[in-house]
Amino acid sequence: MKIQNYYIMVLVVSSIILGCNNNGKTKESNIEKLNGTIKIDGSSTIYPITEAVAEEYRVSQPEVKVTIGVSGTGGGFKKFGRNEVEICNASRPIKQSEIDVCKENKIEYFDFSVAYDGLAVIVNPQNDWAQNITVAELKMIWEPSAQQKITKWSQVRKGWPDAPLHLFGPGTASGTYDYFTEAIVGKAGSSRGDFTASEDDNVLVQGIEGDKYGLGFFGLAYYEENKAKLKIVAVDNGKGPIFPSAATAKDGTYAPLSRPLFIYINKEALNKPEVADFAKFYLENAPSLVGEVGYVPLSTEEYTAQLEKLKADLTHK
Amino acid sequence: MFTRKFKELIIERALLLSALITILTTIGIIWVLLSESFAFFKVVSLWDFLTDTEWTPLFTQKHYGILSLVSGTVLTTGIAILVAVPSGLTIAVYLNEYSTKKMRNIVKPLLEILAAIPSIVYGFFALIVITPVLQYFFPEVSGFNALSAGIVMGIMIIPFISSLSEDVLNAVPNSLREASYGMGATKFQTSFRVLVPAASSGIIASIILAISRAIGETMIVAIAAGQQPNLTLNPTVPIETITAYIVQVSLGDVPQGSLEYKTIFAAGLTLFVFTFILNNISFWVNKKFKQQYV
Repeated sequence: MKIQNYYIMVLVVSSIILGCNNNGKTKESNIEKLNGTIKIDGSSTIYPITEAVAEEYRVSQPEVKVTIGVSGTGGGFKKFGRNEVEICNASRPIKQSEIDVCKENKIEYFDFSVAYDGLAVIVNPQNDWAQNITVAELKMIWEPSAQQKITKWSQVRKGWPDAPLHLFGPGTASGTYDYFTEAIVGKAGSSRGDFTASEDDNVLVQGIEGDKYGLGFFGLAYYEENKAKLKIVAVDNGKGPIFPSAATAKDGTYAPLSRPLFIYINKEALNKPEVADFAKFYLENAPSLVGEVGYVPLSTEEYTAQLEKLKADLTHK
Repeated sequence: MFTRKFKELIIERALLLSALITILTTIGIIWVLLSESFAFFKVVSLWDFLTDTEWTPLFTQKHYGILSLVSGTVLTTGIAILVAVPSGLTIAVYLNEYSTKKMRNIVKPLLEILAAIPSIVYGFFALIVITPVLQYFFPEVSGFNALSAGIVMGIMIIPFISSLSEDVLNAVPNSLREASYGMGATKFQTSFRVLVPAASSGIIASIILAISRAIGETMIVAIAAGQQPNLTLNPTVPIETITAYIVQVSLGDVPQGSLEYKTIFAAGLTLFVFTFILNNISFWVNKKFKQQYV
């Protein structure tokens, strides 16, 4: 019995000693160490930006856990409206139905635009026939009446091979999907149904990369990251084929597929110091991180103006 | 005397309650599936559901033909069974008749590990290893296809077949083996022409169990087989299974109570009906072909 008591004592003492060490992080100058969890969900297009920001943020505030989901803009707003996430990544503005849900649940929010995106139309590198595509051809491929009818490349443009057309695109919960269908087909949410649909753009990259006859669309950042495995196609809106780039997305020549990207922040969540700090950090560091990720940063004035607006609201609390 | 009898009664009732919980859970699940599907079938006719060739409930042109999803499930399950049954059966016969005890002690635990690998790991294995290998030999195979998902699913269910078949083969009395050898049969002939038929009811039961497992498999097909409902038996193109569809809709932003939401339950009900039928077939086969050894 004596030996047993001895071991128990060792166990208890060591757990007390180890338990005491938790908050032992030294304070650096006067930066207060925050802790807590920030839940983010929504667009897979914005995901790379938010993730880059979260990674940088972790360097200065390692105790704050930032979790980022990829349910698509629609999926993210669904959770945002139920107060399940503090921030929603959105590649399209909030819909009226989603605004109503937020009102119903007494959720107030801030929206900030964080970048511009040139939605990229992508094919497989082995695809040597498609260098550019017109908006009319894109509409012919993606409109609802194309379902089961437009199934070959040769039906889209004369001269293209008589090979099957394998389509990849974001699913119906995706803001990218809403935006693309509105810009190309004319009505948001209106498209054919027989394509590989996924809210996770990495799945689309994987799909097109492995399929010679693949064609798809997603945010420019995913192309930038996988340049070696994919081929981008120039889009012709009547003024000649244009490739998406920082310049063309910003000045609007890459039409109609350049769009602003947003984050929506729950106002009540900003009462939490870690959320407020993260939000400020986001707007301060977006100018440098957005370009790194592959999207187009806004002008410095636009970021500063939004940052001032956020700071003003925070000091009023 | 009274308290003792009372205590026994309490225990009896408590055990009965535990058994009832399982029954009630099953009834609850069936009830939920049926009630939501009933609401679904008020809008979409059963005939359309069973005969339409497209499944596009989330898009503008809505089609509700479950056959597209069923063909995906059947295709992947079929390939899995084609891979698993010969391998599983051969492994069972080998472990039972041919191998040394040492070999058996090494191989059996390894097979158990095969069954313990998480299915999502299998899914990534299919997507990242098997698909490129297939594309090397057959360039027209798409990035997402039923073949690689089916092959990996087959590997995953080998332990189901081999373990159960081996147990059944073990249960065949030695007298049959001795009689066969006595007639001058080789080991191979004894194994496949005497023992396997004798154990057939158990082997078929294990195959049906493996089929049920393959039909309900979600992660492997969601990752590697694709998310495009396609009524086809071509294993080289993307397809979508019933399970992958349920995952896709559940993770999205479909509003609760809408028709799109109810499609999950209709699909789930179809899955349930399949498994139920398979279970019944297994029960019937077992009953009919089981050979009683005195």
